[in-house]
Amino acid sequence: MKRDWLPVVLVPALALAALPLVASLPIWVTLTAAGLAMGMMIFMMASGLTLVFGLMDVMNFAHGAFISVGAYAAASVLIALKAEAQAPSLAANLAAIVPAVLAAIALAGVLGWFFERVVIRPVYGDHLRQILVTMGGLIVVEQLIVVVWGPDMIPLPRPESLGGAFVFGDAAIERYRVLAVVVGLAVFGAMWLALNRTRIGLLVRAGVENAEMVESLGYRIRRLFVGVFVAGSALAGLGGVMWAMYQESLTAQMGMQVMVLIFIVVIIGGLGSVVGCFAGALLVGLTANYTGFLAPKLALGSNILLMVLVLLWRPRGLYPVGK
Amino acid sequence: MPEALLSLSGVNTRIGQYHILQGVDLEVPRGGLTMLLGRNGAGKTTCLRTIMGLWRASAGRIRYADAEIHGLKTPDIARLGVAYVPENMGIFAGLTVRENMLLAARGGPPDEKRLAWIFGLFPALEKFWHALAGNLSGGQKQMLAIARAIVEPRKLLLVDEPSKGLAPAIIGNMIEAFRELKRTDTTMLVVEQNFHFARSLGDTVAVMDSGRIVHAGRMDALAADEALQARLLGLSLEAHQ
Repeated sequence: MKRDWLPVVLVPALALAALPLVASLPIWVTLTAAGLAMGMMIFMMASGLTLVFGLMDVMNFAHGAFISVGAYAAASVLIALKAEAQAPSLAANLAAIVPAVLAAIALAGVLGWFFERVVIRPVYGDHLRQILVTMGGLIVVEQLIVVVWGPDMIPLPRPESLGGAFVFGDAAIERYRVLAVVVGLAVFGAMWLALNRTRIGLLVRAGVENAEMVESLGYRIRRLFVGVFVAGSALAGLGGVMWAMYQESLTAQMGMQVMVLIFIVVIIGGLGSVVGCFAGALLVGLTANYTGFLAPKLALGSNILLMVLVLLWRPRGLYPVGK
Repeated sequence: MPEALLSLSGVNTRIGQYHILQGVDLEVPRGGLTMLLGRNGAGKTTCLRTIMGLWRASAGRIRYADAEIHGLKTPDIARLGVAYVPENMGIFAGLTVRENMLLAARGGPPDEKRLAWIFGLFPALEKFWHALAGNLSGGQKQMLAIARAIVEPRKLLLVDEPSKGLAPAIIGNMIEAFRELKRTDTTMLVVEQNFHFARSLGDTVAVMDSGRIVHAGRMDALAADEALQARLLGLSLEAHQ
C-alpha cells in the first residue's frame, strides 16, 4: 500500500529550514523543543475534535468547554493535594498528578456524554444550528466555571518534579516540554493503534468516510458516535490539564482562546484525519515558536499564513478524508 | 411464480417537499433476480433506499421474509440479511480492499472458502487485496462493492446500477458474476438503466414511472415486446440498447 509521507516529512523539513535562519544551535534546539511540545498539546486537544468533525459531521464549537473543564478539574485536585504536588519527591508528585489527570479525563468525558445527548443530538445534520447551540453551550459552561471556581485567574504552579530544565551544552529544554512530547507521542501512538489495529478503529475510519454505508453494513453508528464524542472530550480534558500546567495558570476562557489554534490544526490536517491533525499540530507549534523568535510582529498571523499555504497546496488539508 | 421474499404495498416516500414514491406496489420473488427499470427520476434509487431504511416511508407496508420492516433502522434491516450496494458504490476509499471486506463480515474474519469463491468471481480483488480501495479503477470498485455485499451469505441483495460508468468489457465480467450469484439462493433486486444488462440477467422485471410501478412481469416477455419497451422506457431504453 502506497503511503503519502510528504506532509509528515514537512515537519522535520520546517525544523531544518529554520536552523540557518535562527543561526544558533542552542536557541534552535530550545525553540524546536518548545514548538514540538506546544504542537503535541494542541494535538491532544484537537484530535477528538477532528474525529467528531469527520465521523459525526458535527461542528462542535463547545470543544473548548471540555478543555477548560478538564483543566479546572485537575487544578482542583492539585490544589487540594498541594503538599504532595509541591513535595521534592517524584512519588509524592505522582500521587497528586495521576488523580488530577484522571479527574480531568473523567469530568470532561462525562460533560462530553451530556453534551452529545442533550445539545448535539437534536441538531445532527444542521450545521447552522450546531454552531449556534455549541457556541451557546460553550458560553454556558464558561459561566458555570465562573460560578463554581470564581472569575479570577487561578495560578497553577507545576509540581516540583516537572519544573527545571535539561541542559545540553548551551541549550536548555524544560522538563515539562519533554513530558508534553512524551505524552503527546503516547496519545498519538495509542490512537493510531486503536484506529488501525482494532475493529472499532476500522469502524471509526469507515464511519468518517461514509457513516450511512457503515449503517448499511449492519453497524449501529449512533453508539460509535457517542463513544467517539466521549473519548474526544476526555482527550480535550487531558489536553486542557497539559495546557494549563504549561501556562501555569487557568481562566474560564482558556478553552475558547485555544480553539482558534485547534480549528487551524483540524483544517490543516484534513477534517477527520488523525495523522493529518498530528502533522498539522506540530507544524503550527513549530511555526509559532520560530516566528515568535524571528519576527515577533508576524507571530500572531503566522499560523493563519501557514493554513493559507497548506490549503493552497492541498485544498482539503494534508490528509483529506475520502468522503 | 415463487412466493415473494420482499413485498411493498402502497409505499410513499417524501424527501423534503418532494413526494418521490407515490404508492409503490412491488413483489420480489424468492431466489430470483428482479430488475427495477425506469427513466431517470422515476424513483428507483429512492425505492431501494426506502427498503433499506435510509429514507423513511411516510405510508405503506414493507414486508421482508414474513416480517414488517417498515420503521426498522438501517442496521437492523441489514442484520436481517439484507445487503445494499448504492449507486456510488459506498466504498471506503481510505481503507484497503481487505479492510473493506473485513468490515462487511460482521460475524468475524471472512470464511476462506467463500473468499476463494469471491476471488473466482472478481480476480482483481485478490491482486489488490492490500491496496487502498480509493486507488482501484471504477470497475474494480464496483467489484469490491458487490463482493463486500456477499462476503457473508445474504438473503436479499439490493444493487443500484451496477453497470453505471463501466466499460463494455467490464460489464461482461459483471454479467458473468451476477449469473454465478444467481446459482446461489440469494434473492436480488437490481436497479438498472442498461437494458442489455437487465435483459441478460433478469428473471422478473418491474418498471417505475413517476414514483409508481407501472409494469411488472417476466423479463423475457418485456424483452420480446418492443412496443411495450418503447412505451414504458422510451428514449432512455434506446440509448442503452
